[in-house]
Amino acid sequence: MGNLVNFTADYTRYVVKGGKAYYTWLAVLALLSAGALYGFYLQNNEGLIVTGMTSQIHDGLYFANLVFLVGVAAGAVTIVFPAYVYHHEGMHEVTVLGEMLAISAVCMVMLFVFAHMGRPDRLWHMIPVIGIYNMPGSMLAWDVIVLTGYLILNFICGFYYLYVKYTGGKINTKFFMPLVYISIVWALSIHTVTAFLIATMPARPMWHHSMMPIRFIATAFAAGPCLIILAFMIIRKNTKMWIQDSAINLLADIITWCLGIALFLTMSEIVVELYARTEHANGLYYLMFGLHGLTSLVPWFWSSLVFMIVAFVMFLIPGVRRNFTLLPIACVLAFVGIWIEKGMGLIVPGFIPSPIGEVTEYHPTLIEWVMTFGNWAIGFLILTILLKGAIGILTGELKLGGSQAARPAGLSGRPHTAPSA
Amino acid sequence: MLGMSSLMGAAALMTESDDAKANITWAETFQKNYRLMTPEEKAEAAARLALRYSAQYKKNVTVSTTEAAPGVLMGYALNIRKCIGCRRCVHACVEENNQTRGTRAGEKIEWIQVLRMERGEFAKEKMDQGYPEGLGIQVGGNAYTPAGQVLEGQYHYDPKAVPEKDATYMPIACMQCEKPPCVKVCPVRTTYREADGPVVIDYNWCIGCRMCMGACPYWARRINLTTPVLPKEDMNPVTHYLGNRPRMRGVVEKCHWCLQRTRAGRYPACVEVCPVGARKFGNLLDPESEVSLVLARKNVFRLKAELNTFPKFFYFYD
Repeated sequence: MGNLVNFTADYTRYVVKGGKAYYTWLAVLALLSAGALYGFYLQNNEGLIVTGMTSQIHDGLYFANLVFLVGVAAGAVTIVFPAYVYHHEGMHEVTVLGEMLAISAVCMVMLFVFAHMGRPDRLWHMIPVIGIYNMPGSMLAWDVIVLTGYLILNFICGFYYLYVKYTGGKINTKFFMPLVYISIVWALSIHTVTAFLIATMPARPMWHHSMMPIRFIATAFAAGPCLIILAFMIIRKNTKMWIQDSAINLLADIITWCLGIALFLTMSEIVVELYARTEHANGLYYLMFGLHGLTSLVPWFWSSLVFMIVAFVMFLIPGVRRNFTLLPIACVLAFVGIWIEKGMGLIVPGFIPSPIGEVTEYHPTLIEWVMTFGNWAIGFLILTILLKGAIGILTGELKLGGSQAARPAGLSGRPHTAPSA
Repeated sequence: MLGMSSLMGAAALMTESDDAKANITWAETFQKNYRLMTPEEKAEAAARLALRYSAQYKKNVTVSTTEAAPGVLMGYALNIRKCIGCRRCVHACVEENNQTRGTRAGEKIEWIQVLRMERGEFAKEKMDQGYPEGLGIQVGGNAYTPAGQVLEGQYHYDPKAVPEKDATYMPIACMQCEKPPCVKVCPVRTTYREADGPVVIDYNWCIGCRMCMGACPYWARRINLTTPVLPKEDMNPVTHYLGNRPRMRGVVEKCHWCLQRTRAGRYPACVEVCPVGARKFGNLLDPESEVSLVLARKNVFRLKAELNTFPKFFYFYD
């Protein structure tokens, strides 16, 4: 128990310490977060009327980000899986960073849930015993279960590992490994259920197809690792933690495959829907070309497609994929492309036209953008702090007793510092 | 558990500071889902609301909790041949059911849409204009018109006189499905089918997640994006807990076949106001009711029947 108190105290002390760049980064994020707080305040006082949502298009930017971030959270499994199932050494050393990313992403999802709800003050209605939980009928209820479970699993796995490293003890594999395997399967479940959430509505033909879950997972396992690679690059450059090339290379390979599958599924949908061109294809048609003269999503769709195709070609070329100067560019392109595809490009056209044929458009308001960036900023704030703490423990800077002379931490027992350092 | 809920309730109370809302009592904030209340609790909840509404709207507001009558299953039939598109039903519905009627986008809610559909015409010149163009044999034609395509309808129309020569009309509202997709997706079971048929919402239990709106194939549900705009003088004081009582911000609402009227033996407002008698309402279990007679003698159809929602709202023509 005493060790736990030490851990908490040392961890807190460690994460608030940093250089000028660290504080500047935190300050920028804090500033953006304040925007989200203002957004929450405004929505609580005025209602959702401050957003661009209507009774026709009642899920907008918030829901879109929610769906996308569930994918990012699930994407963390692209580290955990190779590490524990294929015993990939480079991944094994950084598994906990993936778990930290998953925790941050789920936190962001929850922020967007709050932003999306009409009555966030009544969230307790969903808590079993004091409220009512519509199981097994409601897909949203399932989604809450899998997301909460995923958060708890990653929290336990991540922090148990860090705590053991901190105290210099040994991992109790009988306790730890089952949780790791559960969390791997669980990661698939969160995005599958989120896909079911929208795919189980025949009222919305654009979403009502069984390809949705696999498409969600393919895009998730492309977007998630993109963010992880970017984080790894920043960590390699700015901290004492060294992440092996092999880990980054494997992630790049995973992205290549998944991005290819995602593009293939997009192509399949376009062919199937537009060849027959029934009224059920109106949503997709609106997205690609506009409908009845309304075209606000057309640039989003084509820019997303261009980003994803360019990124895919870049990933396909080994010289680019293995070039750590060009790789981040491809990652950013793929990440943004998928964010558009899963967000504005999937959620919004599901409502256009409405079930009675009405074609209206959705224009996010400034408040919605402020709130969206703010929620991302809060998420990145959490991510920064979690990664900083985790890196401190992995590099051995943060450990029980605090002396620098102790042996370096890490599963393999080798120092995680850069070879040159 | 209790600590958590009181904390959230306190937060809710603190943020809602203007007069009307300051009157929302703790008891109302923490009441149960309507269906789980005992008859005493229901009466208490209704009395609380009546008190609050009376003060807020400066008139004697009643909130009924009349339950479904045994042996009654409500049904509705609409004669699409007779409808003249006057939209008196739309307006009568708004007046009866206390919908928000503000001017800002999102402050105006109507539960009925009368879709105006083109009669369409098939012209001689179009006969030979096939597709694909310029590629030899043309396999398809272009002499189509949207006539008869329900989902190409338009409910924002404003003619000098109705019926218009070149239009037909198709009114749509909640179909009160027997297997409502909206009810299935609700995470807190705040919306459900009552024993006498209508699908209702406990507005005090709704969390505003809008899953039901996504699931409804008939676009029957609306979200109160902000506090409803309901002038005191226009407020209908005869209300039902599950029906037309004033709603709050952030909750979903829909047609409930005027429970405050139909459970008191009256017709829904839209049926009463229809000048051509296109709307029929009654007990499906009573073979002599108007709606049963329509089902027995006319050709009827249900909208989007292929979705297996089994509406109790039928269209017919004679």
